[in-house]
Amino acid sequence: MYDKLIYEISKKDRIGYSLPNDDVGHFDINESLTRTISFDMPEVTELDVVRHFTRLSQKNYGVDQGFYPLGSCTMKYNPKIDEEIASNPAFTKIHPLQNATSVQGALEIYYETSRLLSELTGMQEFTFNPFAGAHGELAGLMIMKQYHMNRGDDKRTKVIVPNSAHGTNPASSSVCGFDVVEVGSTAKGTVDLEALKQVLNDEIAGIMLTNPNTMGIFERDICEIAKLMHDNGSLLYYDGANLNAILGMARPADMGFDIMHINLHKTFSTPHGGGGPGSGPVGVVGKLVDLLPNPRVIKKGNKFDFFHSKASIGAISGFWGNFLVVVKAYCYILSLGKENIANVAKLAVLNANYVKESLKDTYKLPITGLCKHEVVFDGLIHGQATTLEVAKRLLDYGYHPPTIYFPLLFHQSMMIEPTENESKETIDDFIETMKIIAQEALKSPELLHNAPHNTLVRRLDEVKAARTPILKYKDLLK
Amino acid sequence: MYKYFPHNEPDIKEMLQVIGVETMADLFTDIPQGILNRKNLKLDKGLSEIELRQKIGTIAHANKQLISFLGAGAYDVYTPSIVGALLSRQEFLTSYTPYQPEISQGTLQYIFEFQSMICELTNMDVANASLYDGATATAEAVFMATSQTRRNKILVAKTINPRILDVIRTYTKYRNMEVIVVEENDCTIDIDDLQAKLKDDVAAFVVQYPNYYGMIEEYQKIVEWVHNNKSLFIMNADPSTLSVLKTPGEIGCDIVCGEAQTLGIPLNFGGPYLGYMATTNQLLRKLPGRIVGMTTDADGKRGYVLTIQAREQHIRREKATSNICSNQSLMALNTVIYGSLLGKKGLIDVAKRAYSNAHYLYQKLLATKKFVAITNKPFFKEFVVQSLIDINKLNQYLEAKGFLGGLHLGDGKYLLCASEVRTKEEIDKLVNLMEEASCTIN
Repeated sequence: MYDKLIYEISKKDRIGYSLPNDDVGHFDINESLTRTISFDMPEVTELDVVRHFTRLSQKNYGVDQGFYPLGSCTMKYNPKIDEEIASNPAFTKIHPLQNATSVQGALEIYYETSRLLSELTGMQEFTFNPFAGAHGELAGLMIMKQYHMNRGDDKRTKVIVPNSAHGTNPASSSVCGFDVVEVGSTAKGTVDLEALKQVLNDEIAGIMLTNPNTMGIFERDICEIAKLMHDNGSLLYYDGANLNAILGMARPADMGFDIMHINLHKTFSTPHGGGGPGSGPVGVVGKLVDLLPNPRVIKKGNKFDFFHSKASIGAISGFWGNFLVVVKAYCYILSLGKENIANVAKLAVLNANYVKESLKDTYKLPITGLCKHEVVFDGLIHGQATTLEVAKRLLDYGYHPPTIYFPLLFHQSMMIEPTENESKETIDDFIETMKIIAQEALKSPELLHNAPHNTLVRRLDEVKAARTPILKYKDLLK
Repeated sequence: MYKYFPHNEPDIKEMLQVIGVETMADLFTDIPQGILNRKNLKLDKGLSEIELRQKIGTIAHANKQLISFLGAGAYDVYTPSIVGALLSRQEFLTSYTPYQPEISQGTLQYIFEFQSMICELTNMDVANASLYDGATATAEAVFMATSQTRRNKILVAKTINPRILDVIRTYTKYRNMEVIVVEENDCTIDIDDLQAKLKDDVAAFVVQYPNYYGMIEEYQKIVEWVHNNKSLFIMNADPSTLSVLKTPGEIGCDIVCGEAQTLGIPLNFGGPYLGYMATTNQLLRKLPGRIVGMTTDADGKRGYVLTIQAREQHIRREKATSNICSNQSLMALNTVIYGSLLGKKGLIDVAKRAYSNAHYLYQKLLATKKFVAITNKPFFKEFVVQSLIDINKLNQYLEAKGFLGGLHLGDGKYLLCASEVRTKEEIDKLVNLMEEASCTIN
């Protein structure tokens, strides 16, 4: 197996670049200003670099290769046409501080995408400044806080987060200076209304919800929850991580939410890039529009321009956001169009429920009844192997495993999100594999204990990594 | 049927049967009637690839690609041809955060290599897997400092990019932290003002290197004062200059962060870019974001994992060091490929080329007598001059000729940049155009 670092294939004096030779004359940098400590960088040719990174890529697993049912991550197909369009130099070679009149196309894309997202979610306006879902959460919570501050209501220092929520929800609340109040779930996996009523008081700024929630269950009481919160003077934040389940079928604003973010890299099919760049646009209802981060893109007549609101929470990004990601999402929505958009949710939900019903006799289904775009099992019914072992064994069969040990409500959670792009054949094969693994756990448990067997590396020693950190090439030479 | 949806009618029928419902609508009976399909969505009919290319082609046409002499936080840099080719490999592009290390060694290894390169350039102990952009990375650094020192006042040099200052202000406003700006003097930090404001409740002093005006400020003395005050020194540094300039490590920085767009990432109208952060071993456990470490597998083979995760939101929830979940992984790959191709020699060549281009431009501008020097302090690839020509009109003139002029900072102060991609011919042409313009303007 190729396991060299780029530093380890370096050979003195090799180079992989060329620069123009034109001479503007010699300008010396004062030596007192220059570095005296040398540094190591690889000395390699262009082909060395191409081979090295091509080989690294072959150690990865992407959506184009196969089924990737990673719950809550919406690993759908990323259309190639969107990549082609986003690579247009008319998008990649424009400076963010160019005069607005010279970037009308870019501004049009920002503006038109915001109109489409408003139509799909019911929110009045969107900002694209947040770079990711968690960044959107932070911006949204700042808006929530500012809203209460503007009303002179300084007591509202707490945000309610269900115990089923993504870890980013409490973390974002805390980064925004809120205290977190956790509220429990019912046996059906939804917010416990009675428990919610107990914690409501005049210190509650709002609640963060995902709907459907992280169990894949739609919060049926959402309208009642919204009324409770609004009557309490609080706002509702919609975590858009699971928007794929309802795209084209239901809209967060119609449910009573006031603020939301969307993960364009989930619902709108832009690639995840191994962890980013994503994009986390935030939408709000009318009364909060002026608080959105600066600047926003507006349309005046048939011209587009930036607009700075005096009441805004301020800037949350160096420039305007991850523009190229927005270009791809725009292309995706235009490609689907009116006739296809609702099929995203319908087919995603069909696939998830099909997985649920097909595996519920093998894997423990803690919550029965309809799920939405994802289903959560609580490990094997026979209990002869852990969720981790099942996940690692799935690697041997060429699958990316589901999200495991989340949500935290169950000890052996496995969260499966098949997405609308996967065919019945793909899902049938996966179901069959899950059943075979359950059998293996009984007949030859060591196969699971030691899995994976067929991957380029086997199970990695995470304890060693944390105890004796090797975090860079130089640490290795010590 | 539609190209992204594989289900035909018999598939759907069979699957509904297994689920035990009659129709697709039955799958949505858990959504209250009042909110299900409440709105008849106003969307256009879906576009074919051919129509989509046409439509976006027309929109793209309304953008002007200009020969840029503008910097101010975003730079026209050299992106080698293989960057795009490798970044578009689906194994990198369409994978998620490397939660399953056995099938994510590609991503994990390049992040390890990214951390290695950032540490080499900055001369710091540890780096994380990247952050959103330079401005948010700086705000995260501020939070690290307030958490480490348990103090809540932040001094920020006025010579920092005002966009970064704005983001720091927004981030800190909701945490009851106080941001105090240290005034400038002759395009650098006003030392007297700093000394007056460096009190014992100050968590950190934040500076930019080279600063917003392109100036190379000397910080050693300041770092001493800051450390004597038991505050942290945070530097937002352009990593592309660190192959040449005295390093943050040598200067004694506690946290180094900034925008790594300058390491080979295209302008992209402001994003995606790449925030980075490096720090000392002492502050390792306060770092936000992902960190990759090298380890071994069950057979003793080398491998990589996400590590030191006890800092992170998926484990610590509200007690995490940050709410950050993702990073800008693919952009980190962009800079690793760039750094690998250029190597030590190339990174120095590029930095010196930008330095020389900017100094050549500066000299030529002063020689026109239409621009006047406002300081004689050293700068790197960006500088400020006093313009005797109306800058807004000048920039309009340049734009019409296909050139992007500098930024008007107000009062006739003109911030210009000549990066490594500018050629002598382009610089000469710009200066000629400016002379031409000065005859028609005013």
